[in-house]
Amino acid sequence: MNWRAVWAIYRVEMARAFRTVLQSIVSPVISTSLYFVVFGSAIGSRITEIDGISYGAFIVPGLIMLSLLTQSISNASFAIYFPKFVGSIYELLSAPVSYLEIVIAYVGGAATKSIILGLIILATASLFVPLHIQHPFWMLAFLVLTAMTFSLFGFIIGIWAKSFEQLQLVPLLIITPLTFLGGSFYSINMLPEVWRTVTLFNPVVYLISGFRWSFYGKSDVSVGISLGMTVVFLAVCIAIVGWIFRTGYRLRN
Amino acid sequence: MPSTNSPSIISISGVTKTYATGFKALKEINLDIERGEIFALLGPNGAGKTTLISIVCGIVNRSSGTVTVDGHDITRDYRAARSLIGLVPQELTIDAFESVWATVNYSRGLFGKAPNPGFVEKVLLDLSLWDKKDAKAITLSGGMKRRLMIAKALSHEPRVLFLDEPTAGVDVELRQDMWAMVRRLRDDGVTIILTTHYIEEAEAMADRVGVINKGEIILVEGKAELMHKLGRKRLLLELRTPLTVVPDAFSRYKLELSPDGAQLTYTYDNQSERPGVASLLRELEAAGIQFRDMDTQNSSLEEIFVNLLRQEP
Repeated sequence: MNWRAVWAIYRVEMARAFRTVLQSIVSPVISTSLYFVVFGSAIGSRITEIDGISYGAFIVPGLIMLSLLTQSISNASFAIYFPKFVGSIYELLSAPVSYLEIVIAYVGGAATKSIILGLIILATASLFVPLHIQHPFWMLAFLVLTAMTFSLFGFIIGIWAKSFEQLQLVPLLIITPLTFLGGSFYSINMLPEVWRTVTLFNPVVYLISGFRWSFYGKSDVSVGISLGMTVVFLAVCIAIVGWIFRTGYRLRN
Repeated sequence: MPSTNSPSIISISGVTKTYATGFKALKEINLDIERGEIFALLGPNGAGKTTLISIVCGIVNRSSGTVTVDGHDITRDYRAARSLIGLVPQELTIDAFESVWATVNYSRGLFGKAPNPGFVEKVLLDLSLWDKKDAKAITLSGGMKRRLMIAKALSHEPRVLFLDEPTAGVDVELRQDMWAMVRRLRDDGVTIILTTHYIEEAEAMADRVGVINKGEIILVEGKAELMHKLGRKRLLLELRTPLTVVPDAFSRYKLELSPDGAQLTYTYDNQSERPGVASLLRELEAAGIQFRDMDTQNSSLEEIFVNLLRQEP
């Protein structure tokens, strides 16, 4: 393993986050605070409790997942798309670096940034609502697994995208709606039967449900299924990345 | 197994590249680059120079054929092969927001080399970039960016250096500096492969020249031999009395008369057993055409290059 190369790429990715601290950290924290103000105060005044949890506290796991998903995708897709766009990818492709090392470095960098962000949002949320984490190990496990999975997904988008517009397409048109409709701000048990069934086809439901269980011990779907779905999505992403590197798709052709 | 005793440091055998569109960028390329030489790869735009370099460096997948670098197959043993190569691409492609120091150290790390601030400092000093080490790449001039690309390529101490159009858009002074640097690297044992549009660059620097056209290598030759073999000579005669036309008696010499009629030019093959210079001078004297001065010129590599491409179907 060329660990020096992994470290070199990882360090550059982390340095970029610290160079753009306003965009990487401050902006998502402000957005989350606004969600608390708008959803927590406005809707929370009408829905006081869900499953015995105050509404403000109920939306915290969903809000963290929302940021984790979008930031993981955005970090990883931009990290690999930018060198493709400016042409500096030549250096990566001509270096004695394996595909696995490239993925570890880029996905590791993107996941680290989004995990840090998730923890910052958690800390911010604790200023608004009292928080209690029942299963801290599983909370971290879901956080890390989701960050890794969606960073891999972002990496795939970054390789696939031929323009900045395409880079934004999947996060804007697919991920954001799925997250909003995945039970970030409500329990899917509150939906009519038909819509509840439809919602179960949304993979984000399982991520949010599992993550919320690690906080409050209550979930919309079973924790085992949540974990299983996350691992399946991770495996699918790994398979796609493996295919991309085997064929050189949009990298070496 | 690496063949360190082989005279070739790069061996390209039967390499082809057909893009998904069906365009054949390279057709059956066979080429050996000798250890420690400066090899100039010449060819018009779209000839396949950059594609060939990109394949050797691992940036583009080849369709068929094999490439070894110091005996290491570029696919099976890509780590060993790539770690020997430094590449300076044609375009100025740098992460604009990184500092000079950070980006050169990044390149070194990418190639698996342990940090060596002393070596990186030397590279930056050699390329007159040391005082800019903390500057972001975006603030550098075009010439400095070009030197930064070279610094990145040299950061991992490569044994083979590819320079793809290194002096495109570079001013004369910097070009001279780069030529001097390339010669220093060659003296240190680094093999240099240079692609260029500037034929005078190849003429000034190369030990051997390869010409590629429409995806095929049409010639590989030592520069001196090439110029000797394919070069033509010109005999220039300054006439005492200008002529209005070249007399018919001299038609077999295909002489050219300057517009003012004061200069006759005779072009001949310098490889020929009987170039005809002596007989021409005798016949001119017999015809009463006197000259006050004479000179001979060798054709340049540029003329040879243009002639070669014209002969291609």
